[in-house]
Parts: sequence; C-alpha cells; structure tokens
Amino acid sequence: MIKLDNVSYSYGNTELLTRVSVNLQPGSFHFLTGPSGSGTTTLLKLCYMDLPVTSGNLTIFDQPSVAMTRDEIAKARRRIGVVHQDCQFLDHLSISENVALPLAVSGRAEQYQDLQDLLAWVELTARADAFPPELSGGERQRAALARAVMMSPDVIIADEPTGNVDWEMSLRLLSLLVELNKMGKTILVATHDLNLIRAAKAQVSARVLRIKDRQLQLAGSDL
Amino acid sequence: MTTISNLAANLAGNGPADRVVPPSGFTAQLTIFTAGAMAFLTVFALALSLATGRLAERWSSELAKTATVRISAPAGQLIAQTEAALQVLRTTPGVKSARALDVSEERALLEPWFGADLPLDSLPIPQLIEVIETEDGFAAEGLRLRLQAEAPGAVLDDHTRWREPLVRAANRIRLLGLVAIVLIASATAAMIVLAANSALIANGQVIRVLRLVGALDTYIARAFVRRFTLRTLFGAAIGTVLGAIAISLLPRSGAEGGFLAGLGFQGAGWFWVLTIPPMAAVVAFVATRVAAFRTLKGLT
Repeated sequence: MIKLDNVSYSYGNTELLTRVSVNLQPGSFHFLTGPSGSGTTTLLKLCYMDLPVTSGNLTIFDQPSVAMTRDEIAKARRRIGVVHQDCQFLDHLSISENVALPLAVSGRAEQYQDLQDLLAWVELTARADAFPPELSGGERQRAALARAVMMSPDVIIADEPTGNVDWEMSLRLLSLLVELNKMGKTILVATHDLNLIRAAKAQVSARVLRIKDRQLQLAGSDL
Repeated sequence: MTTISNLAANLAGNGPADRVVPPSGFTAQLTIFTAGAMAFLTVFALALSLATGRLAERWSSELAKTATVRISAPAGQLIAQTEAALQVLRTTPGVKSARALDVSEERALLEPWFGADLPLDSLPIPQLIEVIETEDGFAAEGLRLRLQAEAPGAVLDDHTRWREPLVRAANRIRLLGLVAIVLIASATAAMIVLAANSALIANGQVIRVLRLVGALDTYIARAFVRRFTLRTLFGAAIGTVLGAIAISLLPRSGAEGGFLAGLGFQGAGWFWVLTIPPMAAVVAFVATRVAAFRTLKGLT
C-alpha cells in the first residue's frame, strides 16, 4: 500500500527523519509512537503527501510519489482516509456535510445514503446538523474518523486520534479502528498512549513502530 | 445592496462546489459594484466610438457629394467664363448637376455678414456654381485642369480641404473610445485578479482541507471562478442597463444634431451594448481561473 524506502525529510537544514524504511502491507495494523516532536506527524504527512520527501523513495499504491501529478496526488488521497490531529473541518459546514466532503469533492454524491449509516456507526446521528465548533473533543474525533472512512479507503491514517478524549472514548475509537482493520483496511495510528497500544494488541496483531533519534525502529514485544 | 447580493446568491446557485467555500458578503458586493461601474463607463466609451464613427462616415460621404466652383473674372468676362465652366462641368463624368447661383441666392449667402441692403450690383463678387456629384464622384485634379483651360478664373473647391481634418479628428476620437474600452477591460481584469487573490488567501485553510480530502485543482478553482464570473456578469448587466438608460435620456437636437447630441446607439450599435455583460464575464472567468491555478500550484 505505502512503502518508504530510505526516506529522509529535512526542513531547511534540519533533518527531521533519516533513512526511514517501512512497508505497510494490505490489511496490516501499525502503531507509530515516539516522544513529542520526534517526527510522528511528519512521517504521517509524508504518507499522505502533505510533505514532499527530501530523499529516498516513497511508493504509494505502487506509484513513486515523485512522479505523481497534482491530480494523481488528489486521487491517491481519496484512497487514504486521514484523521488529522486537529481534525481539519470546515467550520461553516455542518457535521454531516463535513463527513460527506470527500464524496462532494470527488463528485460521488450518489453514495450519500451511506452517510446516515456512517454517522450511526460513530453515534453522531443526533449531531448531524451541528457545526464543528459545537462538538466535544470526542465527538470531533469520531466525526473525523467518519470522514476518513467515507470514501471506503484502502488505508486509514490517524494522528493522535485519542489525543484529547477520555479513556472510555479512546477504547471506543480503537474498537472502530479494529473493526475497520478486520474489514481489510490498512491502519496506521500515531499515538503516545501506550495503554491504547496494549489494549489494541489484545484485539489485533498490531506492530509498533517507534521513532528515536530521527530513525524508525520496530519496537519489541515488551509493550 | 442587500437585494443585489440576494439576487447574486440566487444566480450563484447552491451546488456543492459553491457551498464548500464560505460566503463572502462585503467583497462580493464590491466586485458587483466595480463590474457595474466599469460596464457603465464602457457603455459611454462605446457610444462615443460608434457616434464618432457615424459622424466621420457622414462627413466623408455627404460632404464628398457636393463641390463649389468659384469664378472670379473681370465684369466683361464673367458671364462667358461661367458659361464655359458650366459646359465643362456638364461634360464631366461623375457630375450629376451643375447650377450657377443667381443674384438673390448669392445675396442670401452674404446677408449674414453684410446686411440685407447690400448693393450687390456695384460689387465685383464672384459667381458661384453649385456642383452635385454622382455616387462615384469625379476626379478633382482632372476637372481642375480642364476648368483652367476653359475658364481661367474658375476655382474648384471640392471641400476636401476642411473635410479631411474633421474626418481625421472624428476617427481619432473613435480610436480613443476603443482604447478606453480596452483600458476598462484591463482594469476590470486587474481588479478581479486582486479580489480573487484576496478571496483565495482568505480561504487558504478551506482550500487546504479540500486538497487533503482529495479535491482536484479544477474542483477548487471552479468554486471561485463560478462566483466571480457570475458576480461580474450580474454587476456588468446592471451597469450596462443603467448606462443605456442614461444614454437614451440624453437630449436630442434636430435631424442632424450636433456632435454631442449624436451620442447614442442605432441599429447594430445596440448589439454591441448587449455584448458588454458577457464580455465582462469572460474577462472575469479568465482572470479568476489564472489567479486560482497560480495560487493552487503553491499548495500541496
């Protein structure tokens, strides 16, 4: 699905990630962890091409990222659902419109009936007409997850999806991600929450990647 | 202004591409106002160009159809030379008719300058012959040579001497009118690029989110291009209607009228007025599209 081969990323003269290699196989479940500021968000942004790799090879759906046109990038993003750390909603649109936004921009309005099912799945049916600023942290994270899976993507990338929600809500979000993984989706979740990783390991065979000193390591089974 | 923006909102439709970019009340009204003002000015520049064009044509065609032969000769030869000149004129191809003015007509011509009781008999005034040309006209140089041979005192005045500078001036004014239209169109394009750029910058976060959820550049650009095109079309339509009303309310003088009273549209001229709003919309479409794609290129 997404393959990084010796990928480095520098901002200015500062190298943030050095020689990162990882291959996200179809149907795999990966956690990405590391200290604050270690570059987890940067690595995720490389995966959905929000940042360009400085060196090395990034391959997305068997296509080298450097060779992709702007339109090809847009089309690849329709196959990658992203739960952003700050959700990235459009505040002038209601929750249902925000969740359906990927459908609207790709001209697939005929799938709107899925919207009600999806809102029910994340238990936001009652909040469908609310605007993003009116939602609680947990509601926002669930709406962001609903938007990420709206297009039935092959890959789901989540950046700290349980960042500002309580433990109970974290477990609910996790079970949604596990459910998606069991449907065959490739999952990559960045989190600081080791308890969340432990809880996940009880449900799926998740691998844990850790960023340390700008390098990516496969964490042991000691978690 | 509220009615105007409501109408504009209706025109803009409620397609998904329009909803994703938040509405922008005040700047929208500014765009409509500017497009209207520019269209209003274009109507006047167009009226000026068309009117001076007509004027130049009329002067060159109507004045070209008449000429005057003036005969100055000693009293004894005047009648003989007049006869000779008339003979020459009648046998010249391109001359429809030639007629010597009689004493009372010449007196009428001089009256404004010398008064009614002018003793015309005692003055050596020249004899005038009025020449009417056919559609094709005559060759002035050839006629001049023949007149000189037959009637040495005859001078042909075919009006070119004072017609040409007038026609030149009218053509120049028409050119200035066209230049004004080009300038107005360019200023409109520049204004729309500025407005579109500020809208694109103000909606930077919206555009970023749209890109992240997989929107193509054309989809994002369409939302902006559609808005600015429709606003410009709407504003230009209002400006054009007001301009046309203002032109048609200009006071008219008699049949020929003066230069200013001739300002207006006739026949096909109205067609050009109708092209102002669509042309303004085309300018807005191109300007916004260029601005939008240039901004989008800078984003991931």
